[in-house]
Amino acid sequence: MRTSRSELLLGRLLLAAALILTLLPLISMLSAALQPADRNPTGIVWPTDPQWGNFVTAFEVGNVWRLMTSSAFIVLGVVPAAMLIATLAGYALGALAPKGGRAVLIIFVAGLTIPFEALIIPLYYQAQAMGTLNTQWAVIFPLLGLFMPFSVFWMRAHFINVPRELSEAARVDGASVFQEFRQIQLPLALPALSALAILLFLWTWNQFLLPVVLIADPLDRTVAGALTFFQGQYSLSIPLLNAGALLIITPAIIVFLIFQRQFVRALLQGAVKG
Amino acid sequence: MQKAATGPVRRRSGQQENAAAGSTPAGPAVAARKPRKRKSVGRAGYVAWLMLLPAIGVYAGFVLIPLAMGLQYSFYDWNGVGASTFVGIKNYAKVLTDPVLLGSILNAITLIVFFTLIPIGVGLILASLIRSMRQGLMSSAAQTILFLPQIVPLAAAGIAWSWMYAQTGTVNQFLSAVGLGGITRSWLADYGTALPAVGLIGSWVLTGLCTVLLLTGIGKIDTSLYEAVRLDGAGWWREFFTVTLPGLRQEIAVLATLTIIAALSSFDIIYTSTQGGPGRTTLVPGISIFRIGFTQSDVGLASAFGIVLMVLVLLVVLPIQRLSKVND
Repeated sequence: MRTSRSELLLGRLLLAAALILTLLPLISMLSAALQPADRNPTGIVWPTDPQWGNFVTAFEVGNVWRLMTSSAFIVLGVVPAAMLIATLAGYALGALAPKGGRAVLIIFVAGLTIPFEALIIPLYYQAQAMGTLNTQWAVIFPLLGLFMPFSVFWMRAHFINVPRELSEAARVDGASVFQEFRQIQLPLALPALSALAILLFLWTWNQFLLPVVLIADPLDRTVAGALTFFQGQYSLSIPLLNAGALLIITPAIIVFLIFQRQFVRALLQGAVKG
Repeated sequence: MQKAATGPVRRRSGQQENAAAGSTPAGPAVAARKPRKRKSVGRAGYVAWLMLLPAIGVYAGFVLIPLAMGLQYSFYDWNGVGASTFVGIKNYAKVLTDPVLLGSILNAITLIVFFTLIPIGVGLILASLIRSMRQGLMSSAAQTILFLPQIVPLAAAGIAWSWMYAQTGTVNQFLSAVGLGGITRSWLADYGTALPAVGLIGSWVLTGLCTVLLLTGIGKIDTSLYEAVRLDGAGWWREFFTVTLPGLRQEIAVLATLTIIAALSSFDIIYTSTQGGPGRTTLVPGISIFRIGFTQSDVGLASAFGIVLMVLVLLVVLPIQRLSKVND
């Protein structure tokens, strides 16, 4: 493919600018976090005397360890269960295609457009009635339901592309539906499942609205939901606030960096599968 | 360079399939075949419904039932604890006439410019310029960086940018450096600039995602189309409008849907950056619902606003689905 030189140069310049702009806020946070905690920081400066101790202070003052534990509990409550439930449903809709399955799919897909804000008031009173209010369960149960539309759609998109001959062969060999599911379908579904796992992890870890509304004690929320508490704790120290926020972002970024290749690819695959 | 277009899921080698299936002669030819319409197998019918049961259960229990509850609340005047009185559509009338509530809806619609138009626009320009150096961009470093804002919690993006926009923050530092010291201010505290400033946080979050997705889409467009239009002597603009844009229709529809939902239901960013202020300049429906429901304890009005927000999202998103499906 021929492209003119100027176009190539312009493209590179724009890309470089986009990359710098993308990183700028994160660099700003780091720069602020490394400045003395008792003074108002200034923009991006090269840290001549980096205050790494700010991270230690932020970690202790913000109870970050307890927050991570609480977040991990919520993630473990949501992700494995959501994946199991969505895989079963995706398989049923994509491979078995029962009568009425189309209607079920449409009802799920319609759920993709429901903003969480529209449900937050009834979810509060539902949690109150169930007795889960102010516990992690108040966030875990609704997230299972709210993640279903995407998860079911995603797993169905995978199963519908698995050649039918595979399951037919298994049937001829006398496998039951569940045997065939376990021994043939599940191994093939691993790439789709791992991408879904990463997405659900990030969405749960970064969930903000539900924990803020449904859990009064910030220390029982997700780390993202505890950011408001940080803003209160460090209201007098921008360096500490930024250090705390960076501590909170880091686990998600680490997970993303480890899995980024298959993650991005899977995401781009799924987004335009139609 | 078809790498990005063939996924790990869609096409597998015949070998793997045979290994998995044991006795089936299914080969690559079968794997590449388009899935056809499936007819339900009699005995699989009830098993399928059994498998669907848990998903329908949690979805109905924690999405559909709360939705019905919200719809019910919206016709009542209720403070969340005492008795409730049926008021018909009074709450809806208030949402659609109250200047403060309408203002928050208008703010959300304004945010579409920053959450949807700017990211998709910039993404298109970047993607079509980078098209010819795809290997460069697809190097995982650039892709990873562009994706980072998607990974950061929105609430943290709000905190990071609050600091960027502060009086002594990076934005003013940059402006002073290029001789624009005269226009520096606390961007989020200024009535005129707060909403655009918040909107640009959304642009920051979404532009990378749009760029990467559109680039992948461009990678799937037949290169002979580009060669043909170049042979015709077309410039960059004509190439863009005759080949790139039509070829990306599906990707643009998906992104428009995602980003518009993000714009209309922005809560996290606003909550940690401006809380809706100064005054009501950055008030959005999510913040309004939160305040009316939990601070002012007007559960009926907050629920009605929630339903209105959902309908608003549908009204904007459904036509996009229609447009993208035409003559596909």
